[in-house]
Amino acid sequence: MSMKLKALGMIAGAVAAATASMGQAQDLAGETVEYVIPFSESGGSARWANFYAPLLSEALPGNPTVVVRYRPGAGSTEGANWFQEQTTDDGTLIFGTSGSTQFPYLLGDPRVRYEYSDWQPVLASGTGGVVFLPPDLGARFDGDFDDLGDEFFLYGSQGATTLDLVPLLSFQMLGLQVDPVFGIEGRGDGRLMFERGEANIDYQTSSAYIASVIPLVEQGLAVPAFSFGALDENGLIVRDPTFPDIPSFKEVCEATAACDTEGLAWDAWKAFFISGFAAQKMVYLPGTASPEVVAMYEQAFRDILARPDFAELAAAELGVYPQLTGDGGRSASDQATKVSDEARGFVLNWLNEAYGVSMQ
Amino acid sequence: MDMFATALPALGEAVTLIFRPEQLMFLVAGVLLGLSIGVLPGLGGIAGLSLVLPFMFGMEPVSGLALMVGLIAVIPTSDTFSSVLLGIPGSSASQATVLDGFPLAKKGQAARALAAAFMSSLYGGLLGAVVLTCFIFIARPLILAFGLPEMLMITVLGLSMVAILAGRVPLKGVIAAGMGLMAGTIGAAGAGGSLRMSTYDIPYLVDGLQLVIVGLGIYAIPEIVSLLRQDKPIATSGQLGLGWMQGIKDWWANIWLSTRSAFIGVTVGIIPGLGGSVVDWIAYGFAVQTAKNKENFGQGDIRGVIAPESSNNAKEGGGLIPTLIFGIPGSGSMAVFLGGLALLGLSPGPHMVRQDLSTTYTIVWSLALANVIGAGLCIVLSKYIAKLTTIRFTLLAPYLFMIIAFAAFQSRQSIGDLVALIGIGFLGILLRRFDYSRPAFLIGFVLSAQAEGFANMANQIAASRFRRSWEAGFDYIFTPLSIGILVLTVLSIWIGIKQSKNIRENIDAPTGAKRAPVIFLLCITAYIAVSVWDASTITRFGDKIFPLVVGIVTLAGCFALLIRMRLSPETDEAFIDLEAGGSDAEAPQGLWWTLSWFLGLLVMTFIFGLVIALCLFLLLFFRIRGGLSWVASTLYMAGGVAFILFLAGVLGRDFPPGLLQAYFDLPWPLT
Repeated sequence: MSMKLKALGMIAGAVAAATASMGQAQDLAGETVEYVIPFSESGGSARWANFYAPLLSEALPGNPTVVVRYRPGAGSTEGANWFQEQTTDDGTLIFGTSGSTQFPYLLGDPRVRYEYSDWQPVLASGTGGVVFLPPDLGARFDGDFDDLGDEFFLYGSQGATTLDLVPLLSFQMLGLQVDPVFGIEGRGDGRLMFERGEANIDYQTSSAYIASVIPLVEQGLAVPAFSFGALDENGLIVRDPTFPDIPSFKEVCEATAACDTEGLAWDAWKAFFISGFAAQKMVYLPGTASPEVVAMYEQAFRDILARPDFAELAAAELGVYPQLTGDGGRSASDQATKVSDEARGFVLNWLNEAYGVSMQ
Repeated sequence: MDMFATALPALGEAVTLIFRPEQLMFLVAGVLLGLSIGVLPGLGGIAGLSLVLPFMFGMEPVSGLALMVGLIAVIPTSDTFSSVLLGIPGSSASQATVLDGFPLAKKGQAARALAAAFMSSLYGGLLGAVVLTCFIFIARPLILAFGLPEMLMITVLGLSMVAILAGRVPLKGVIAAGMGLMAGTIGAAGAGGSLRMSTYDIPYLVDGLQLVIVGLGIYAIPEIVSLLRQDKPIATSGQLGLGWMQGIKDWWANIWLSTRSAFIGVTVGIIPGLGGSVVDWIAYGFAVQTAKNKENFGQGDIRGVIAPESSNNAKEGGGLIPTLIFGIPGSGSMAVFLGGLALLGLSPGPHMVRQDLSTTYTIVWSLALANVIGAGLCIVLSKYIAKLTTIRFTLLAPYLFMIIAFAAFQSRQSIGDLVALIGIGFLGILLRRFDYSRPAFLIGFVLSAQAEGFANMANQIAASRFRRSWEAGFDYIFTPLSIGILVLTVLSIWIGIKQSKNIRENIDAPTGAKRAPVIFLLCITAYIAVSVWDASTITRFGDKIFPLVVGIVTLAGCFALLIRMRLSPETDEAFIDLEAGGSDAEAPQGLWWTLSWFLGLLVMTFIFGLVIALCLFLLLFFRIRGGLSWVASTLYMAGGVAFILFLAGVLGRDFPPGLLQAYFDLPWPLT
């Protein structure tokens, strides 16, 4: 107890010292880096940030203390609005975003007062997702959804403008009659609805799928239908390397008569898939950070990614997904935060027509 | 038998794991940490767990588990201190304890109430652990039986407790609960994001009001202000009276009640998504409904302490079941706990119960052991901590206010937290003054989001099923379980209405002129009317229907009460006004003058930020209101500020900045 408190006291002292003295940019010795995420302590972003924080502390010059700070609110837009106003330029502040921060920005949510292009990306992490069915419907799924077009599907959703936009658009393109049940608070609740038999189609992001759905699959209580896939270096959608045995959405779409892998809908799907999954979580420095600070962080992340034990560490926590820094991170961030006006227009129109959701 | 064959070795392994000296040390560390955090009003499991979370990564799983479980187990025990001694809910799990615990403290029986509460907590916690041990195998089908219609029914059962807590005038209870429900709908709707009684220009409102702030505002501020005006110690007798042995005897005499409440706690805790904030109310409500003589409830009946305290500890055991089996948290603190498990490399879910059975049982039995240690420590300490009630309250209040302001600020880290705290506090003062049931308001608020969410989702699913066939629809809604809960709800309302007059928050009920109560009711009516109009302008059906229906019902209640006021004489119970007579009216200090101290703190915070504002506030308060010398005032102020800086440092938190900080870069803690 007393040791714990002493350690905590030292951190508190370090926080005070860090803010009091503005040290040199290239060496963060004795400083405290605040790693702010606009989410609460319990979500996937917290897990991701807490995975990188100690690694960053080892990799940054001077081995600063890296603490994760939580600023949840208004679906992560409150924290992002706060970060937009920060002018810390010495590298003692970094900000982690996720798909939930990207989507409102892309859709023109009125709460958004932040501008991604003002910030400087230093890391982009991907993830994936898998859609699954109950066994009776799974038996009728043979690589395409042609036989399931007349089935009534229920899907527990957090809301059409969250990450659920991607699966909802997928269902729409596959010609499925899906009634989304809006208002659940996390994907875990959606899975519970599925297990109770209230919902009969669901998706989980990779880490949740591995932890909670694979046991169901092994017991014969769920059947995987497709993964959203992954992006290869040519920008094409391929099978998700974490789930090499599960077909990608692209394959299933090609096999299903109602679905098209060309045209406006496909382009919109791909744009939002990239933003929501392929570069789901990113680390940014404020726009005011100097080029030296940016270079320092890029080097630190390069060192982390090059650690011999990184693949093993990451596989357990993050899954087998690209972790990009430097130019790769910048272009991923670019892709994740820009969609064509056509794609945006298509999605906004579809959201309004299908669910009565508008962004005014 | 197969079950036992796998369970027994795992149990044995778990026991040897827990009783290693190192694990015990971490468990005790967690208990001590939880104890010190739980004692502070408004800071509960979420604050405590967040404190240890940064250290979880890379810790040995069993040690980390011991630390977290020790902390979780003791918080519903130690938060009783502030509920009983100060009349402020220590956390959302002991809101109901305040109703009878605080009057007991006022009578000078604090130690008795605390001892009974701790025995109940201990018993409830152990019972919860036993149930958890047996249930972990068979719980899965049970949990899966609770679909959305059943959860909605449980929520309605929780709401039905309003009937018994409504106070003297049932209509006022309906209005208070309706206001609570409406307050819960403020902000962006959970399902469609439509704005209700808020605007994007005030981002704070978009996220809605937070439970911590509403709880503190509705209970803590009115009590602090009221006690401050008396300028006396909390316990008027100045003695602690009946000791802790009496409390233990009281518990033993009511062991059946304690058992029943614990089972209520476990059951409600098991159902994921319901959250733990209702369980104490349900247990309290049932305790009153089934008691033979009810006159003393609300005025210091020991059973009113035993029931909620038995249930809120048992709930933690129950709450672990969905958390471990499904990986779905049943409450806010369980959500953080889940995050902590992830950092330890454990991912709860079906496979954890099957493959990591020894780890699972380690969690269960750490919980039981931590309960024993925690309750033991609390009982030993209660004699001393109860002495707090004999201190002159004027010297205690500023510190309380400081801690409450700090705790409130933790919820969103915005100055809006403090504004909301004072605003809701003011509403709480008026509710208390005009005898509207504050528990009813709080129950409404707590259940608002759940009631709306479950109703909407169940409705969507039912509609989709009805489209297929009538049979599929009815099969979904009318399960034996949901009908059973419905019957229970009807019974609970019926018994509740018959007996609500027996529970009184305020003993004396002076009535005065008609003017003040009527003006207050008109203000409520106006607010509800505006809310209804606001809801009617929402285009998305799912987001408008709930506030619209609740608002119209509440509005009808308001009009009915207005008519009653028009027709009855000034002596009618509808016109209860605590300022018209009794201890409040005779208080040496005025209401507005006392309240303006806190407004002053708020204004100073806007200008200088909280730390500087607190320095000035404490110094001036001790000097002017407390009548201390400048030297003593400075010392008292320094002590308080040092404590809060230490707390913030340990938790790694900032303080609300003001205008000053917008222009000057100041070092922590002034940032």
